[in-house]
Parts: sequence; C-alpha cells; structure tokens
Amino acid sequence: MRQIACHECDLILTLPPLPDRSVARCIRCGSVLLRTKPDSINRTIAWTIAGLILFLIAITLPFLGMKSGGAERHTALLTGIYEIYQQDMFGLAFLVLLTCVLAPFAQMIGLLYVFVPLKFNRSVRFATPVFRLFRLLQPWSMMEVFMLGILVALVKLGKIATIVPGLAVFAFGMLIFALTLAVTSVDADLVWRRMKELADG
Amino acid sequence: MAEMATARQLGMAVCHDCHILVDWPVLAAGERAHCPRCGAHIHQRKPNSIRRTWALVVASCILYVPANLLPITITSSLGDVQADTIISGIIYFIKSGSFLIAMVIFVASVLVPLMKLLILSGLLLSIRFKSAWRPKERTRLYRLTEVVGRWSMVDIYVVTILVALVKLGALANIDAGPAAGYFAAVVVITMFAARSFDPRLIWDTIEEKHD
Repeated sequence: MRQIACHECDLILTLPPLPDRSVARCIRCGSVLLRTKPDSINRTIAWTIAGLILFLIAITLPFLGMKSGGAERHTALLTGIYEIYQQDMFGLAFLVLLTCVLAPFAQMIGLLYVFVPLKFNRSVRFATPVFRLFRLLQPWSMMEVFMLGILVALVKLGKIATIVPGLAVFAFGMLIFALTLAVTSVDADLVWRRMKELADG
Repeated sequence: MAEMATARQLGMAVCHDCHILVDWPVLAAGERAHCPRCGAHIHQRKPNSIRRTWALVVASCILYVPANLLPITITSSLGDVQADTIISGIIYFIKSGSFLIAMVIFVASVLVPLMKLLILSGLLLSIRFKSAWRPKERTRLYRLTEVVGRWSMVDIYVVTILVALVKLGALANIDAGPAAGYFAAVVVITMFAARSFDPRLIWDTIEEKHD
C-alpha cells in the first residue's frame, strides 16, 4: 500500500499494488492516477526502434510529388520545410520542424536513453532530466495532425494538379502508429521508481 | 469515505512531473522546493495560475480577431489574385462539395479554439465566483481542453503543405497570408493557457465551503 495524491484534485488516496493492465482512477474527480502496462520496458524499446527506422525513411525519401504537364517533381519533408523558411515564413517553418521532426525525434532518442539502461539495470547520468524532457515534449509532437493536414491539402489541390504521395508519406503514417504505441507502453510511475532505485544503488 | 483530505490540508504536495507525494517544506522568501525524486520544482498549486491563464486567454482572444479577418492564403495564377480567410476557405470546400473536409476544418479551426477559450474563461469565472457547481464535470471539461487543442493546428499544416507543393508545379502561386501567423499564435498560446490552469483550484472552493 502507498499513499499518492490526485494531481488534478489533490485528494490523498491509498493504493494497493496494481496488477498489469489496470487503471487507477481518482474516486473524487475521475482522473487517471496510474496505468500499469504489461512488459512496459521491452515494448517501449521495440516500438521506439521501429519508430526510428521509419523516421529515417520518412525524412530522407521523397515525401510528396506533383505531376504537371509531363514533369513530375518531388520534395522531401526537410527540403519542404527549408523552402518555407526561404520564403521568409520563419515561424511556420519552425513550427512544422518542431512539431513533426524535432519533437518526435527527441522523444524517441530520449526513450531509448532512459529505457535501454533500465532494461539492463544500469543507472545513467541525466536519465531523470531526459525523461522529464520526453514528457514535456509530449504535447508538441503533432505528427497525426500533420497527416490530417496532408489529406486536406491533397483534396484541395486535387482539382488543379496530380499529387503523388512518396514512400516517405507511408513511412510517416506508420511512424505515427509506432510512436503512439511506444508512448502508450511507457509506465511513467514504474520508470520513476526504477530510476530512483538504480540511482540509490 | 471516512476522511477526505487533500495533500495541501495535510501539509504535503504532489510533484507535477513524477507525481510523488512529499512533505511540503517551510520555505524562506525566494526559496523554491525541488522534488527529491525527479528534481522538478514543486508547488502545492501552480504558481499564479489564475492570473497567468487569464493573461493567455485574453491574448489569444485578441489574436483570434485578425486570425479570422485577415487572409490565411493568397493564391495568384495568371495575374488573378485571390485572398482567402479561414471562413471563406471553409465555404469554398462546401461549394465544391467536399463536406467532410469542410467539417474537419470548421471543427479544428473555428469550433475547437472558440470552445477552448470559452471553457477556460468559464472555469476561471467559476473559480472567481467560488462556484460549487459540478466540480467533477468542470474537471472533465478542463481535461477536454488539454486533449483537443492540438487539432487546431490542421489549418496551419494545410497552408504550409500547399505553399511548399504549389511551388513545385509553377502553375499557380500560393502564399501564406498574415492570418497564418496569428492563428498559429492562437493555437500555441491556448495550449500554454490550458497548461497554466490548475484544476485543483476548482476543488479548493468546495473544501473551503465544507470547512
């Protein structure tokens, strides 16, 4: 048994140890206090590695192309963002870069940095701030919203030109699933407890 | 429940980052408490939550006006220049028969930001007037604003993708209008507003009424 407080209504609650796949909710406000995940460490590492491979494909291969007349031209994700930047839309370019490239990439690197040592029962320096950064970046990783934006843009342009989706778009779509599964496999409470145990020796 | 006590009533605090429960130390002026487990700053309530949230809500309300009145895309082809606002873009989709897309843009760009600003203002007012009305539902409304806010970004992404793609074709030219920047600012600032609001303030009023 241990005492915790609800982070949304501040009520003190006593929790028994929870079995896998269970959710503890606050009896007063209903917010989720804890969610235990089965095989959290292995699954997080596996989905993150899958995500990193998909990420490499998504940023290097042609993302979207356009057929007009006989010519077909492609753009990669990063070159597209660079073009926006060159047209003096610095803010928009930065926002897309942050929410669709930097935040997801930093999240995946952070997850590996925290979870691989945990798997081998090692304590590494800066694991705590890295894990905090991972959680801080969570709301700024918006690949799924970008994907919806691509679909809307395709409909909008469909009448004036033929848009050819590149391999990278499919990798990007799969990356959304991989990263979502990696993030939902994270048992934050377990991570904090294990990191503390390992740091204390 | 025999005893319903909050962390603050027992002289304790929860860490925002790792959710550990710690004894709240006696602090000298200017001193800050750190979490013994993860090192984050610990507060019993988010600092200046009400004032900060009001400031951010008012700022995004102001920015919301130019975001809707000014053009978000400027299309030029063969000397013909057309400026579209968020609303005229939605009307264009309805006229061309893409109802689903029109709905998506309407929900993400109009409904979600407005609802978010209304809900946050409502919550702030309910705390101001010490309302005891349905605290559980109000907490749930708050949670909703945190979850749905990100989807407002859709229109910003559409504009960026259009600008980048159309440059490839050279048959027309699409530029992002000034509204794109204002609207992006609204989305980002309302995200910060939702984060600076402390739902525990809703429950504090109820405890004060019990005492």
